[in-house]
Amino acid sequence: MYEILRREKWQDVLYSMWLKAPHIARAAQPGQFVILMTDEKGERIPLTIADIDREEGWIQIVFQIVGKTTTKLAQMNEGDELYAFVGPLGKPSEIDKYGTVVTIGGGTGIACVYPITKALKEAGNRVITIIGARTKDLIIMEDEMRKASTELLVTTDDGSYVRKGFVTDVLDEVLQREKNVRKVWAVGPAIMMKVICDVTKPYNVETIACLNAVMVDGTGMCGSCRVTVDGETKLTCVDGPEFNGHLVDWPEFLNRLLKYDQQEKQSLEIYNESLEAEG
Amino acid sequence: MTKMIPMKERGKRQQRAIRQQPVEERIHNFNEVPLGYTKEDAIYEAQRCLQCESPTCKDGCPAEVNIPEFIKKIVEEDFFGAYFELLKTNSLPAVCGRVCPQENQCYKTCVWNKAGKPVAVGRLERFIADWAREHNVHEESPKVKRKNKRVAIVGSGPAGLICAADLAKLGYDVTIFEALPKPGGVLIYGIPEFRLPKAIVEYEVNEIKRLGVTIVTNFVVGLTRRVDELAEEFDAIFLANGAGAPRFMGIPGENLNDVYSANEFLTRSNLMKAYRFPEYDTPIKVGKKVAVIGAGNVSMDSARTALRLGAEEVHIVYRRTRKEAPAREEEIAHAEEEGIIFDFLTLPTRVFGDEKGNITGVECIRMRLGKPDESGRRRPVPIEGTNFIMKVDMFIDAIGTSANPIVARSATGVQTNKWGYFVTDEKTCATTRAGIFAGGDIVRGAATVISALGDGKRAAKAIDDYLSSGGSLKENRQ
Ligand SMILES: Cc1cc2nc3c(=O)[nH]c(=O)nc-3n(C[C@H](O)[C@H](O)[C@H](O)COP(=O)(O)OP(=O)(O)OC[C@H]3O[C@@H](n4cnc5c(N)ncnc54)[C@H](O)[C@@H]3O)c2cc1C
Ligand SMILES: Cc1cc2nc3c(=O)[nH]c(=O)nc-3n(C[C@H](O)[C@H](O)[C@H](O)COP(=O)(O)OP(=O)(O)OC[C@H]3O[C@@H](n4cnc5c(N)ncnc54)[C@H](O)[C@@H]3O)c2cc1C
Ligand code: SF4
Ligand code: SF4
Ligand code: FES
Repeated sequence: MYEILRREKWQDVLYSMWLKAPHIARAAQPGQFVILMTDEKGERIPLTIADIDREEGWIQIVFQIVGKTTTKLAQMNEGDELYAFVGPLGKPSEIDKYGTVVTIGGGTGIACVYPITKALKEAGNRVITIIGARTKDLIIMEDEMRKASTELLVTTDDGSYVRKGFVTDVLDEVLQREKNVRKVWAVGPAIMMKVICDVTKPYNVETIACLNAVMVDGTGMCGSCRVTVDGETKLTCVDGPEFNGHLVDWPEFLNRLLKYDQQEKQSLEIYNESLEAEG
Repeated sequence: MTKMIPMKERGKRQQRAIRQQPVEERIHNFNEVPLGYTKEDAIYEAQRCLQCESPTCKDGCPAEVNIPEFIKKIVEEDFFGAYFELLKTNSLPAVCGRVCPQENQCYKTCVWNKAGKPVAVGRLERFIADWAREHNVHEESPKVKRKNKRVAIVGSGPAGLICAADLAKLGYDVTIFEALPKPGGVLIYGIPEFRLPKAIVEYEVNEIKRLGVTIVTNFVVGLTRRVDELAEEFDAIFLANGAGAPRFMGIPGENLNDVYSANEFLTRSNLMKAYRFPEYDTPIKVGKKVAVIGAGNVSMDSARTALRLGAEEVHIVYRRTRKEAPAREEEIAHAEEEGIIFDFLTLPTRVFGDEKGNITGVECIRMRLGKPDESGRRRPVPIEGTNFIMKVDMFIDAIGTSANPIVARSATGVQTNKWGYFVTDEKTCATTRAGIFAGGDIVRGAATVISALGDGKRAAKAIDDYLSSGGSLKENRQ
């Protein structure tokens, strides 16, 4: 049903896949995500829709191996089929003509911010994009990003490529130099998004964070993905995933990401042992 | 062949008890608790039925099951015949026989109540459905003329399934769209294995598929495709998406880790089979001391699931008394037998946690019952100064659900009320837009399997009327 049309290994832990899903491609908008299950015993995991082709009916995803499900997914091959693939979920990004905007992607977040960046530029914005990763090899989609934005700035934590520094360092420079940034989009690890919000706060620039809450159904049924925004409980999967980052209760959010920390580690260990046993 | 027994004999018989898994065993496994009637049990119980000329039991059944007729066939040991008698009105007999709140339905209206315990209609229904499954008895695909009209159904819970079955039997081309990877609705994701084995649900769903119904899973109507778009492709639509959104109490601390909605807890355990983690990938956590809030079926299911997952002490905290508890009598009794502790007249007011976001306790206040409210039940009022702290490391909200707006948002001209439930005509399930019908929990709020089933049947009939008289959404574009 949900065939893997193409699979590419970009880095040791970084993969991209193109899946056949005409229904989803037909409806998908920038900022939305899918939930997939590799097999019947698998867990449901959310991944951002990185790109689509409505005519050919495919969806592209980009993911990083962090645990059991992403490990299993990376082992699947072209021609294999996923057990479940559902979407598009969540609210689309609010694409409008704002003027000058900044989009930021960290790690796999680069892939997630790509469709938003592209749409913002198509809507007539001046889009400054900052992408960053730990090291050179993890900088992905640089060419696509350059095309999708007005100006692209690249940074690496270890300085192995372009410059040394975090995306937040670059952002601070941009905000000092540009006086009229209307809106910032931040996609990446939770802690990165939190720090970006800390940086933009004094400049009083609205900052959209794309929250990666722990999800089950992804349709507003379970409440697993709840987050406090401006003192109110919201569901990331239906009210988000994008929220005004200045209003998010970050300490609570960061804690909730660790809800299943121990079980996840246990699950991955057992799985890796079984792989080793198989040789 | 067994015979009807004389009236006098029938009057002397006591209701036949059902065999059950012993408490000490069952709290450590997820196998079904009631083991069902044996053939002898079933015949004995069936012989108690007085075969009333105007069977009042039927008034209590929203699916209008031909109760005396199918029971008579059991007495005659014609189980095959009994099964088809059931299927005439109810395509989910193994499910209903297990989960119907019979004490408010067919049991309540059986004449036997005047002299003793009612005929155990539900247990007999279950016996027959189980017999048919074990003997691989199938309903023939209907030999009706195909009608060349397409009906879309949103949601594969009991309302959607029954509506699909009835329409397929009439010759319509029916497609069910389901958001989850498995059909069945609450029967699959909510009600636990020990009360309703999933293999049974799957079997009854497959029987419905055999009638020619197509089920498209992993398809979220409202997101994957809007209702308005379906209206351009189908002649009629039935909305049966259930009342799936979780409700929280709205007290401080509810977003701490280890505070679950019953929906999340049960979905992880049932649908995702987290009770078999790590064989299945989805994790679940269970505290040592658990508080479950509310006293409906959902609370009993959550409490008993927590117990089976290894909790040492499980409390059901409810602001009213046992008498007002909405759960089925049998579920409350089972929970009590299993050692669940009931804290009646108690209301949680705050959840406490540590700096890591883990829960450490819950503050509660004692209640008393005051004057009756609109629902006729006495309203609980807090008794000042009775606050106390209950040390727990897990908290499950099972206080009910509300309408999920995803479907409604994508359906132009289909009116909802202030709670987000669809406004419908009670007799026909028609919504405010011609050609679109709705039923089950998304109309009634969290109700019962059998009322959802009743709606599905009524909607099927109304859809048939609508389409037979020339109606079609496709010609009625808005
Ligand atoms: C809206 C959204 C979009 C996302 N987009 C991407 C993407 O494009 N590329 C990408 O690499 N990752 C993305 N993620 C994160 C991705 O879902 C997790 O990396 C993945 O679930 C990890 O699963 P695992 O079994 O391999 O790891 P695990 O060992 O199970 O978990 C590792 C960590 O992943 C997170 N996680 C685990 N289970 C879930 C779950 N069911 N839902 C959400 N997070 C979970 C937790 O923080 C956990 O600590 C997104 C998350 C969300 C909510
Ligand atoms: C834990 C629990 C225990 C219960 N115990 C009992 C009991 O013992 N006896 C009893 O009579 N009743 C019981 N109930 C209530 C009963 O299960 C419900 O009243 C009944 O299932 C309602 O049926 P439904 O068809 O309206 O909806 P549901 O069963 O809720 O099914 C709705 C279906 O629609 C799907 N859906 C939702 N949104 C979309 C969408 N946008 N697109 C596609 N599909 C969608 C859902 O995934 C689901 O499969 C219980 C409920 C729960 C939660
Ligand atoms: S009312 Fe009771 S005794 Fe009479 S037919 Fe119905 S089940 Fe039998
Ligand atoms: S369907 Fe339910 S209410 Fe009707 S006869 Fe069967 S058990 Fe009783
Ligand atoms: S993932 Fe279940 S409500 Fe959001």
